[in-house]
Amino acid sequence: MITLHWVYALAGAVFAAFALLGVRDRDNPRRWTTAAFWALLATSMWAGDRLGDLGNGVLVLGLIALGALGLGRGDGVVPPEQRKARADRFGNRLFAVALIIPVTALGGTFLFKAAPDWFDAKQATLIALALGVLIAMTAGCIWLRAGALVPLQQGRRLMDCIGWAAILPQMLASLGAVFALAGVGDVVGGIVQQAIPQGSLLGAVIAYALGMALFTMIMGNAFAAFPVMTAAIGVPLLIRTYHGDPAVVCAIGMLAGFCGTLMTPMAANFNLVPAALLELKDKHGVIKRQVGTALPLLIVNIALIYWLAFR
Amino acid sequence: MVLLGIAIIVAGFLLRFHPLLVILASAIVTGLAAGLDPLAILAAFGKAFNDARYVSIIWIVLPVVGLLEANGLQERARGLIAKMRGATVGRFLTFYLILRQALAAVGLTSVAGHPQTVRPLVAPIAEAAAERQAGDLEEAERDEIRAWAAATDNIGLFFGEDIFLAIGSILLIKGLLEQYGINLEPLQLSVWAIPTAIAALLIHGFRLWRLDRRLARRRRQP
Repeated sequence: MITLHWVYALAGAVFAAFALLGVRDRDNPRRWTTAAFWALLATSMWAGDRLGDLGNGVLVLGLIALGALGLGRGDGVVPPEQRKARADRFGNRLFAVALIIPVTALGGTFLFKAAPDWFDAKQATLIALALGVLIAMTAGCIWLRAGALVPLQQGRRLMDCIGWAAILPQMLASLGAVFALAGVGDVVGGIVQQAIPQGSLLGAVIAYALGMALFTMIMGNAFAAFPVMTAAIGVPLLIRTYHGDPAVVCAIGMLAGFCGTLMTPMAANFNLVPAALLELKDKHGVIKRQVGTALPLLIVNIALIYWLAFR
Repeated sequence: MVLLGIAIIVAGFLLRFHPLLVILASAIVTGLAAGLDPLAILAAFGKAFNDARYVSIIWIVLPVVGLLEANGLQERARGLIAKMRGATVGRFLTFYLILRQALAAVGLTSVAGHPQTVRPLVAPIAEAAAERQAGDLEEAERDEIRAWAAATDNIGLFFGEDIFLAIGSILLIKGLLEQYGINLEPLQLSVWAIPTAIAALLIHGFRLWRLDRRLARRRRQP
């Protein structure tokens, strides 16, 4: 059966190729630390399940040390005139290749779910996405008459632009696990409970939605905030005391948390990584564009809970 | 005491220390404050890191994106937009917002995303449209348009995905409420994501419309 482990093996191969090609990149002033960083990530993808918890911990320490020493990047950008000439030559074929990945991910999701004996149905989209990458890479090399090393070299160039920020989401998810182990949520819940104004339904709704957004901003993840805020305010006050509809309170409360996700650097994969990926000068540029939507939407969510849950 | 780790994270990000070191420091302090020994903290962190590997597999799309960019994908996007009358950043991104919300609402969250669609397609098309609206862009303005593309992707994803029944957050709500003796079907929860999804479309769509107006004004008074 094809499971996520096949995708990890593919990801390991891609990171290993980035490392090998990186060693030879003489434009990069820090090519050894850069290559070692991607090699460690390849090791994690390939052998993570066999390293044991402590082994993985040591591997993470290695990644942090290399990232803190600083990664570099080389050159390898194709000059604009050449890109213009190629764009004129290949035309819409470029879009066709670009669309292979989302189209395969879409079709594969349905197809793989229909064949649960062959594919891990729970991971259908990620497996289909990986398949789409392989098809697009092959088709691209043939249609665009490129050597097999061209995509890997160009992919490595983009990867080096992102640098250590690439593992930030995974690191923050791990920090969340340590927070959970240490019982941070219970302590925050206790503080919030004391801060709620007594006897005001609107006050309780605002405390719940605002608490979801703020705690999500701290943790970078609404999933971490939800059990804490729901245990502290949602269930005891909004549902049991004021008899609010639990479906409305919780569903919209979660979305209030998502408004927080839009406004925090802690949600690195949504906010910081795209800034690196798009090579923005300001790494908080994406957050700045989102605040103007997130704040009014948070107010809308407070109003929706207040109107819809207590009819 | 365990809140010290949160204080370190907030202070570290505000003072712009190296984020990887800030995360490490916060994990160590939180663990020690909770009475864990250092090796147990390291093991917990390592296990969580290994369990979260799926977060990082998205980078396998970069070779395809790099190949296409080296062969002129962004230049081609510019050429295509130049031929379309009436194509503006605001209209294009609103169209993408609706598409992203609709795909997420049927559970297809990984079909689009920053590496898969924003960097190769959405950002270059948005930039090309903005250039047509406002003339040549300065680097900061170009960055701003790219940031709008990334922000639109996030908003479409967040306020579409909860309409789908089997998404993680809906299952989390169901699981948690069961602990309090409240049994709900996923459908009862996911319908309540629809009002916020509509509000997100209206608010963000309005801001994109204003972006178009700003770009048009910039053209008139150079």
